[in-house]
Amino acid sequence: MSTVQPSPTPALGRTAAPPPAAAVRTGSMAQALNSALRDAMRADPTVHVMGEDVGTLGGVFRITDGLTAEFGPERCLDTPLAEAGILGTAIGMAMYGLRPVVEMQFDAFAYPALEQLFSHVAKMRNRTAGKLPLPITVRIPYGGGIGGVEHHSDASEAYYTATPGLHVVTPATVADAYGLLRASIASDDPVVFLEPKRLYWGKQEWDPSAPVEPIGRAVLRRTGRSAVLITYGPSLPVCLEAAEAAKAEGWDLAVLDLRSLVPFDDRTVAEVVRSVGRAVVVHESTGFGGVGAEIAARVTERCFHHLAAPVLRVTGFDIPYPPPMLEHHHLPGVDRILDAVARLQWEE
Amino acid sequence: MTVLDPSPDFLRGDPHPAAASVPGWLPGATGPRSDPAPLLPDPSPVRVLGTPLLEKTDPALLRELYRRLVVGRRYNQQATTLTKQGRLAVYPASTGQEACQVAAALALHEQDWLFPSYRDTLAVVARGVDPLEALTLLRGSAHTGYDPRATRTAPLCTPLATQAPHAVGLAHAARLRGEPVVALAMLGDGGTSEGDFHEALNFAAVLHAPVVFLVQNNGYAISVPLTQQSAAPTLAHKAVGYGIPGRLVDGNDAPAVHAVLTEAMERARSGGGPTLVEALTYRIEAHTNADDATRYRQEEEVAAWREHDPILRMELHLRAAGLLEDRLVQEAADEAEALAARMRAEFHADAELDPMSLFAHVYAEPTPQLREQSAQLAAELAAEAEVHAR
Repeated sequence: MSTVQPSPTPALGRTAAPPPAAAVRTGSMAQALNSALRDAMRADPTVHVMGEDVGTLGGVFRITDGLTAEFGPERCLDTPLAEAGILGTAIGMAMYGLRPVVEMQFDAFAYPALEQLFSHVAKMRNRTAGKLPLPITVRIPYGGGIGGVEHHSDASEAYYTATPGLHVVTPATVADAYGLLRASIASDDPVVFLEPKRLYWGKQEWDPSAPVEPIGRAVLRRTGRSAVLITYGPSLPVCLEAAEAAKAEGWDLAVLDLRSLVPFDDRTVAEVVRSVGRAVVVHESTGFGGVGAEIAARVTERCFHHLAAPVLRVTGFDIPYPPPMLEHHHLPGVDRILDAVARLQWEE
Repeated sequence: MTVLDPSPDFLRGDPHPAAASVPGWLPGATGPRSDPAPLLPDPSPVRVLGTPLLEKTDPALLRELYRRLVVGRRYNQQATTLTKQGRLAVYPASTGQEACQVAAALALHEQDWLFPSYRDTLAVVARGVDPLEALTLLRGSAHTGYDPRATRTAPLCTPLATQAPHAVGLAHAARLRGEPVVALAMLGDGGTSEGDFHEALNFAAVLHAPVVFLVQNNGYAISVPLTQQSAAPTLAHKAVGYGIPGRLVDGNDAPAVHAVLTEAMERARSGGGPTLVEALTYRIEAHTNADDATRYRQEEEVAAWREHDPILRMELHLRAAGLLEDRLVQEAADEAEALAARMRAEFHADAELDPMSLFAHVYAEPTPQLREQSAQLAAELAAEAEVHAR
């Protein structure tokens, strides 16, 4: 086992610079997503929003609130209730030069559209040697923790990350919700944009005028010298809470927010892991064949000689999503994360 | 508003609608929301050959259809032969269905879009795409060999009926831009069982999209006969449930298919909305060269359809009407042979493929991971080349 010197300055990767005070506002992720859609539609007349209940109602989570009023029902379209039809129609619209932003109402409701997503959205650029790129953003509220009954809480990211041709992006902060959605809509590649619905309503300060970062970059949310928690989306606040609680145990934990699962920021992840020597991957979706398995493998391949302990995973159990009254047993919490940290072979 | 008139209600009037001020859904409905009678398909398949309609059809169109049918049949034969020689990986022939293929291509305007399935390469070629480019999928050299944007021809679609909603979306987008573009989606009888077929027709109807669905009902989905595929009176009747017209046509009567499609497409182009057309035809060959149709079809059935062959019938009726001179027959045969000779020459040459192109079009820019894998393949190729050089 190699010995690892904790880096005195573990702030590798890219930490978000503090924005200028004047433009900063306080708002929720739901509001930031709404602003991102509105600003994208104002900036580009080819951006069309479509989905179930996105028009008059403004979406069941109100992410599209007011868009039909401002842009008219053809720019923010209430579609028939059929996800394959919605995404299939969006493909044809994109083939004709539009830039559709599709809302899938809930994670598990997106499954009827998977054939369109896997066989066409992900492959059209490749199938046509670049002649028919599909700049489609598929917004999917995902994950649990809101007391939803079955089929309303799936953490479904691994289905998408396993499909070449898709970008998979998931914000964990209000500022990233805005910036990453703008970047996703502007992308000429299809993006599956996973919105952690349990983070929709928490308010944070953010600056809509801050430059939009390209997708594909992880960011260090908290520096630390003992180990790093690698996470994304809905699990970021839990990891930050765990890092705070870990101080009482004498561990100084870094927290890395991936933000983008595809493309995956190998460089930043490897830099951070090499600097601290211990890593735990945290996500709420099931562990077997999940994104955490891929991350653990990539970290091991790249950082083996810098590791003081195996890369551990803290995930949801390998079960169908439980009834809401039991979901807190399934979702990774502070204790499960700290238990994993405790197993990182500190005794040496 | 850039939308073609007449606009549907949802695109008309106040662009900033508040919640409806008048209740929209009240008890006491007394009947259907619209009259289904005009949507019902033709009581019997529309025919032109052997009917008084033949005399009313433009002779130049009839000759053009004949010529293209003859060339199309030869194309099917040559492509099938190329599979036996190992020059195509697989070929789902449209032999027997040439009237649908050729009439569909001729019904399209320059700016219209075609959404073909894998059995529709003849329609793609008849549209003007080079056979070598149209057949790369079935040769195995490239998924799509032609430029879909330049040719207004979507990639050949393998997952059944999944291209139908694409046609709807494209037509909808064109209509929003006020451009007189019609999308034509080609499907088979088996495809009408797929959920995407249903969703596409429903979306087309609700969006009032300028799209036409052509179902070539050849009686079999590989081996499963129509009776086990659908209990509908005809496949065209399915249109009524979506609130769009259904049409029924003899799919082995090229001028009839052309007339019905042209009517449906002009209706769509002028704001009349979508149409579902069912063309009754027959797949003379097996599903593909890898299939054995004798396991599920009777020879008497095939023989009956050979009697009803789209090219024989065309020749018979055009000659009877004095519209087909020997010179035209010879010219068509010569053109067909020239095409077959060109296909043989071009497909017997080995495809020139660049393995490094595998990474070129996965994303607009390769991800860091794909750059690594691309370098890996380059190293493997270099090592192979070194071994060969020794």
